[in-house]
Amino acid sequence: MSDDNHELEHVAAAEPIADPGLPEHLPRPTDVDPVMEKRAERQVATLFGLSSVFAILTCVAYFSLNIGGHPTVFLGMGASTVALGGCLGLALLAIGIGAIQWSRKLMSDHEIVEYRHPAASPQEDRDEAIAALEVGIAESGIGRRPLVRNSLLGAMATLGLPAIVFLRDLGPLPGNKLAHTVWARGMQVVQDVDGAKIKPEDMEIGQLVNAEPEIFFATNSEGQPVIEGTALLQAKAKAAVILVRMHPDDIKALPDRRNWGIDGILCYSKICTHVGCPISLWEQQTHHLLCPCHQSTFDLADNGKVIFGPAGRHLPQLPITLDADGYIVAQSDFTEPVGPSYWERDRSNLT
Amino acid sequence: MSAPAASNGTTPAATAKPNPAGAIANWADERLGIATSAKKQIRKVFPDHWSFMLGEIALWSFVILLLTGVFLSLWFNPSMGEVVYNGSYDQLRGIHMSEAYASTLHISFDVRAGLLMRQMHHWAAMLFIAAMLVHMMRVFLTGAFRKPRELNWIIGGVLLLLGILEGFAGYSLPDDLLSGTGLRIADGLVKATPVLGSYMSFFMFGGEFPGDQIIPRLYTAHVLLIPGLILALIAAHMLLLVYHKHTQWPGPGRTEQNVVGYPMMPVYAAKAGGFFFIVFGVVALMGGLMTINPVWRFGPYNPAEVTAGSQPDWYMGIAEGLLRIMPGWETHIWGITLSWNVFLPGQVAPMVLLGIVLGYPFIEQWVTGDKREHHLLERPRNAPTRTAFLAAMISVYGLLWAAGGNDILATQFHLDLNTITYFMRGAIFIVPPLVFIIAKRWCISLQRHDNDMLLHGYESGVIMRDADGGYSEKHLPLSEEHAYRLTARNRDQVYTGVSGADANGVEAPNARVDQLRARLSKAWFASNVQKPTKEELEEGHHHAELEHEHEVPLEGHAADGHQFDGRHDVVGDDLTHKH
Ligand code: HEM
Ligand code: FES
Repeated sequence: MSDDNHELEHVAAAEPIADPGLPEHLPRPTDVDPVMEKRAERQVATLFGLSSVFAILTCVAYFSLNIGGHPTVFLGMGASTVALGGCLGLALLAIGIGAIQWSRKLMSDHEIVEYRHPAASPQEDRDEAIAALEVGIAESGIGRRPLVRNSLLGAMATLGLPAIVFLRDLGPLPGNKLAHTVWARGMQVVQDVDGAKIKPEDMEIGQLVNAEPEIFFATNSEGQPVIEGTALLQAKAKAAVILVRMHPDDIKALPDRRNWGIDGILCYSKICTHVGCPISLWEQQTHHLLCPCHQSTFDLADNGKVIFGPAGRHLPQLPITLDADGYIVAQSDFTEPVGPSYWERDRSNLT
Repeated sequence: MSAPAASNGTTPAATAKPNPAGAIANWADERLGIATSAKKQIRKVFPDHWSFMLGEIALWSFVILLLTGVFLSLWFNPSMGEVVYNGSYDQLRGIHMSEAYASTLHISFDVRAGLLMRQMHHWAAMLFIAAMLVHMMRVFLTGAFRKPRELNWIIGGVLLLLGILEGFAGYSLPDDLLSGTGLRIADGLVKATPVLGSYMSFFMFGGEFPGDQIIPRLYTAHVLLIPGLILALIAAHMLLLVYHKHTQWPGPGRTEQNVVGYPMMPVYAAKAGGFFFIVFGVVALMGGLMTINPVWRFGPYNPAEVTAGSQPDWYMGIAEGLLRIMPGWETHIWGITLSWNVFLPGQVAPMVLLGIVLGYPFIEQWVTGDKREHHLLERPRNAPTRTAFLAAMISVYGLLWAAGGNDILATQFHLDLNTITYFMRGAIFIVPPLVFIIAKRWCISLQRHDNDMLLHGYESGVIMRDADGGYSEKHLPLSEEHAYRLTARNRDQVYTGVSGADANGVEAPNARVDQLRARLSKAWFASNVQKPTKEELEEGHHHAELEHEHEVPLEGHAADGHQFDGRHDVVGDDLTHKH
């Protein structure tokens, strides 16, 4: 059997107390008293009867109560849901309690004994099985004909290839898609709710505006949106931004970012560099932006640096400027990929 | 089963038509030969204990999930195609959303009993996973995973994992703001995979997140693939259970060689069947009375929005906690990015945890050197190291779970979020060892207490005054049954190693490993209290009798103590001292 079959030293010590054996069976009241028995029988039948009543009430509720429209009248739910759940629940519970009561009060409660056998099969069965297997192997000749065996193994392994290759069309290759967003030179930064353009004077110090690229609201000559459906969601998942206005003296911009803002207005990616939640909680006084998912905190006055939490990288900043009409626009796309990290991120082609 | 059909298989059975049921049984047996296995299974014995119900709760919640899930699938539309909602729910009318979300709203507001079924499905999912987890803890604490049941432990562990994946897939289907955010986090986790991350993400979502493929794909996994696997594994779990026969608690007449309990027909069937209806009824009441996942309040998924305080389902809490307390480590080298901050908690940690859980029976077996079959359960106190290990794991679980809700803790208790997080980072390393030590000492003192009861009897609550004026509490002997129960356990056997260095000082090839094993085994059993031997027990009883004789014979006032412990009434008792 097992190779390291060390028989443990047996600490011989007589069992302190001998097994007294199964205790004697004591009759229940329902076993000896016909009145109790009758009463238990009636209890069980009543429970089963109640179940039918509640099942019917469930159907009545189904047809008599309206749903829709008023989802919050009872316990935050519609009357129909509450009535259906309540009646159905009681119908089911009554069957369950009845069945258990039946088993406890009326069915025989004599415990019975069954003997166990070792999980292993008897040795002679094993010997026979192994002998049979050996005959089978010998008759197949798999041991004597390595050429057949190996080519079969090879064929089986090769069949794995189509199984993997067939999954290729699950999706396109990433290419350079993660490195770019729809932002481009001159694209207006607009309010995310209604697409309204934004001028610096619209923003007070301390204010945060959830913004998006103007292209999300643009329509073509036929009045159709330029981007819609899945493409819109995919673009949004990378291009959502926030505009914040801080006191210009509070901002510690890196040397190459000095002209990325307008009078203390800066624009940052809204997508957390941890695992990609949109970040939304803004603390005016400290210039901190907190991600609601795992609480990474970024200092927007200090180039989006991570000051707390599990994020590993600063929040990417979008360089902005004003267009001829005085609206806020992007100077370019982001200068680095936005959102969560991935293996080849630092090698992305940003041009 | 009654008399077998009088047929040798070539001539038709010529039994006198007994009754319709008998006729059907006869028809079936002539084709299936079921009587042979049925004769053993119909009166199969199942031992009874409240903790054996936990697995049943899991089983029945799965059945409820199948029933309610099929109902939902009649209306649910797993498509990410965009539609404008125009159903009954005012607040969202006219809004663009996916068909998946719109059909979830339709189920909730325009299909009668739809919201009930959705909520029952979700509550049953919570219950399913919780019951599996608690069931697993019961199996662990009582040592029911020991030989020959290791494979069933592994099947159970895989079932728990599949249940969690299935729950996550289901949670993602309605395509509301919360579930979309969950998927986005999953996308971030996948992207952190070394080398292949972005490829895996693109293959999963059929392009860039969120794409239009993930909901239909998750739907296939949720209604076909994973339930199929779960069903097959549950079947295997049950077959093994029947083959091994259920474990039982030791007690008078209950030994390693037998199993004592009620027969499958009728008592167990009635209890288990009744219990199904009770679980079903409770789930129906929960579905009807308690709101869960009110997706209409969150709105459709929008990748630019998120709600504050967003929380996943409870069973995701520890993954969430790990992600939250992990420091932001990321390595940038040779143009590659390694996000330890996501990869370690999101991918490595779950795998390690799974490995520990699935491998545990083998680790314990190796350390203790115990290769015997075990059919009697062990009380948690009698395996102090194992029990303390679970206590430590529970503390890890609890801490991570709390860390997963650190924002909620902060707002509810007005604490500083960062302080909570720093605290958790330290606590996760400090608390579990402390819990381990405390739990282990606790178990050992409970073992001592058991031995005290065996040797000196239990504390009756009666204070005795002896001739010298000293006071002591009167101890009364345990009933034979109780005493037997306490001693019905194995003595621990420390594994001492096979060889060590042999006479020539040449070490056996794996002597190092063997020594480590012996040392671990010693630590494993260290300070455990063994049950008394026969001699110790006799001496203890003798001692008790001596003490008895020293008591001052108070004229007609001494009590045997039973007047006060409720064993018999004091009324009409003459209160004389009985020896
Ligand atoms: C282990 C088993 C299962 C678990 C843990 C589970 C869990 C879940 C969860 C948590 C949801 C989200 C419910 C919500 O709040 O909307 C869900 C949705 C759903 N499940 Fe399951 N489920 C299981 C089995 C099944 C089965 C077997 C089916 C169908 C045959 C099914 C069909 C569905 C459908 C159609 C939905 C979407 C309905 C909706 O969102 O309104 N589930 N599931
Ligand atoms: S996604 Fe922002 S902290 Fe995790």
